[in-house]
Amino acid sequence: MGLLVALETDRAGARFGEVVKAAEEVGVAFVTFADSPLPPAGGFRLEAVGRAAFLATRTSGVGLAPGVPTATTEPFHLAAQIASLDHATHGRAGWVVQRSTAAELATVGGGDGESPAEVVRVVRALWDSWEDDAVVKDVATGRYLDPDRVHHVDFVGTAFTVKGPLITPRPPQGQPVVIAPADLGVDADVVLVDEPVDRDGPLVFLELAVTPDLPAVLRDLDGRVDGVRLHPAEDDFGTLFADVLPALDLPPRGATLRATLGLTRPANRFATGGVR
Amino acid sequence: MSPRLHLGVFYTGVGNNYLWQDPSVTDHTTIEAFVRIARTLERGLFDAFFLGEGLRVRENRGRPFALDVAGRPDAITQLSALAGATTHIGLVATQNTTYNFPADLARRLATLDSLSGGRAGWNVVTTDNAWTGENFRHGGWLAHERRYERATQFVEAAKAIWAGGEVERHTDLVDLSTAATVPPSPQGRPVVFQAGDSAGGRDLAARHADVVFSANATYDKAVAYAADLRERLATYGRSPDSLRILPGASVVLGDTDAEAIEKAEHHRRIQINPQRAIAFLEQYWGTDLSGYDPDGPLPDVEPVDGELDPSRGTLSVADRTGKLDRIREWRELARDKNLSIHQLVLEVQPRHSSFIGTPSRIADEWARFVRDRAVDGFNLSPQLLPSTVDEVVDRLVPELQERGVYRTSYEGTTLREHLELPPL
Repeated sequence: MGLLVALETDRAGARFGEVVKAAEEVGVAFVTFADSPLPPAGGFRLEAVGRAAFLATRTSGVGLAPGVPTATTEPFHLAAQIASLDHATHGRAGWVVQRSTAAELATVGGGDGESPAEVVRVVRALWDSWEDDAVVKDVATGRYLDPDRVHHVDFVGTAFTVKGPLITPRPPQGQPVVIAPADLGVDADVVLVDEPVDRDGPLVFLELAVTPDLPAVLRDLDGRVDGVRLHPAEDDFGTLFADVLPALDLPPRGATLRATLGLTRPANRFATGGVR
Repeated sequence: MSPRLHLGVFYTGVGNNYLWQDPSVTDHTTIEAFVRIARTLERGLFDAFFLGEGLRVRENRGRPFALDVAGRPDAITQLSALAGATTHIGLVATQNTTYNFPADLARRLATLDSLSGGRAGWNVVTTDNAWTGENFRHGGWLAHERRYERATQFVEAAKAIWAGGEVERHTDLVDLSTAATVPPSPQGRPVVFQAGDSAGGRDLAARHADVVFSANATYDKAVAYAADLRERLATYGRSPDSLRILPGASVVLGDTDAEAIEKAEHHRRIQINPQRAIAFLEQYWGTDLSGYDPDGPLPDVEPVDGELDPSRGTLSVADRTGKLDRIREWRELARDKNLSIHQLVLEVQPRHSSFIGTPSRIADEWARFVRDRAVDGFNLSPQLLPSTVDEVVDRLVPELQERGVYRTSYEGTTLREHLELPPL
């Protein structure tokens, strides 16, 4: 079976750590952490990047992909957060691009409205703002970094601008994995769909609830989509880890999330190459 | 119980205090290096591990400044990772109130507090620097004179969110409608640190902070600062014991005082090497001086008019003005003492506050500071990693313990408990 399996952990609540460890053990490709700046009905939820980062040194193989909205977080902070998660996990970070509701926008005084495609563009540019070999530590010249390899991004969008560079050097994956609902229309590495579709470009992951016929559903999907993202309810995790997922013979993971997904490490858009 | 000293470490981020050229240093930017230092500090029973903030890479004449360490993680993300790799140490993030959304930042800090079992702190800083603001959607929007007004409203909104329930604020400085999403941690809420030394900063500290960082690490200044702050505390009906004062400082240890002094001088010569001396002057001249010999006389060209380039982010407000007067003074000094560029910069570049000597001498000095309540402890900036931290933990901490001014085990689990702050 070549089907990749991702797992949304939101319904694990305070047990998210245990659930992610169990997911890692059964070979899940990556876990996601849905989020909102507002609390779930009658409950609590910790911020997603924090949850994912908390597990950085406690896991070693599974990808960690927090959901971060584009409208209620500054793009510069967002880029640094995901880059930092990628450094702390040695290349296992992803970002689930989230859109916001009007109530969520009110947490930041209404915001500037949604512009997810622009936010993804600027975040991706910021991830490239340091070339891989920008830190040179050359005692002879006194240079810790090579200023020719650290770049302003000079992003100009319709509603905002960002100068750059990021405060954080280029993440180990170059570009952490961007995961987004297909209808968001952003530059994603993985698109999330509700129905299997044939499309070029990004990997296609089907959103799936956990149902009793899940093993059969997964067998049927093998070859029709690149992967699935499972959305277990609170009491589904037990069965998933005890029975369903161990029976699947999931594809082996690579050293980074990109490698697990069969994605190459992208070149840096700012790299000029040549002898310096 | 006699007062005890509280120690923290400001982990290396940017700037010339860190001696990256030294052959003993290991890569300080990896997660493994952060974890190793945080765990060493736990062995040394430190209160807290701090990360600074700088939201724009420093520049020299429009290009990234090449000579100092740079490149750092997002503070709360990194501290959340450390929360998963440590058990006791407090985890404090410096975060400014200008380029953050109050509800978003309050939530991220509460998350760190919850993940760490009540070990989070927030070092509140303000910035009105439009140059930094160019990295943000909402950049350069806040007038300088309103920065503490915004900070005060921001901190008050954060505290309201941490207290739970729904929170609404609709002023021209803070506009939000939100609800708490994170349950209170074992310490109730993150510990609030404040670092500004201006009157506005001191006032914010007296109203809202649990801990202040100050720049006043010499004895007389520290005593005066503590007196001023305690007076302000009284204005807000707070007890003198409800605020801890931790000035920033460096430590250079030696087997003898002479050896320590020699080591400190050696460090200063690495910090202010010939390339940095030229770069220091370029900041003031506002022009390319790379053609000048660091061992030769001061540049004969006139400085470019206008005020100092803010892009290094290292200068206090007082140092940003009057640059032509300063350059005139330096020229006189160089002429009178016959100083080269390099020698002049060694002479005029401000020194970091440092304690230099044997562990026993520094322990005596610190014991006096804390017994007289001039400070409650220090926040140390290591010049070398891991060796500065290893030396302080292995050599200085036992001397402090012998003098009865330092804990011999962690008695509590939260940062608030470590700091011996009264319960909320």
